Amino acid sequence: MKKFMFVNRKAPYGTIYALESLEVVLITATFDQDVSLVFMDDGVYELVKGQQTKDIGIKNFSPSYRALEGYDVEKLYVDADSLKQRGLTEKDLLVPVEVLDTAAMAELMAQQDVVLSF
Amino acid sequence: MLHIVNKSPTQARSLESCLRMAQPGQAVLLIEDGVYAAAAGNSSEAQVRAAAAKVKFFALKPDMEARGMTARALDGVTLVDYGGFVDLVAEHGTPNSWL
Repeated sequence: MKKFMFVNRKAPYGTIYALESLEVVLITATFDQDVSLVFMDDGVYELVKGQQTKDIGIKNFSPSYRALEGYDVEKLYVDADSLKQRGLTEKDLLVPVEVLDTAAMAELMAQQDVVLSF
Repeated sequence: MLHIVNKSPTQARSLESCLRMAQPGQAVLLIEDGVYAAAAGNSSEAQVRAAAAKVKFFALKPDMEARGMTARALDGVTLVDYGGFVDLVAEHGTPNSWL
């Protein structure tokens, strides 16, 4: 089993990165690998509660993050500085996550076999 | 002139460049990922508040709602719908998109 890390750094909807990442995460999970998701920079916006996309004509895929648990993807890490720069706290997020400081996040990254960035 | 910014202030420099060129009395419309600049607590808040003294800020409400940011809208920013977007173009003339 390899350690796969997905680094999410883009806001949802403005670009396709966030959705594409989610799809690749689900595929990887079916291969029974050790999967970690990191949300940093604008990627933290992917997890913000209360997204309502009816009026922009794009599917709201944020509920899918709640379904990750069902695929045994339970390691969700969020960069503390990125939250702070956006005036957000853990309470603004729609799934339970582990908030890490820079040193802890850097260490976690260094332990991976594969890092995929979106 | 109607300045239009569609990039997140924490991902690109578009808003910064726009505000550097914007003239007093002009309007700035935030759309797509640009609407994060209209959310309280963002690191761009001070910049937006300072610029609000010379330009009028608008943000596209459907984009705020999609991103879960409506409740965080800064008080100096007016939310508009698609019809309001059209009205702004008609009222302020030449759109200037900071892609």
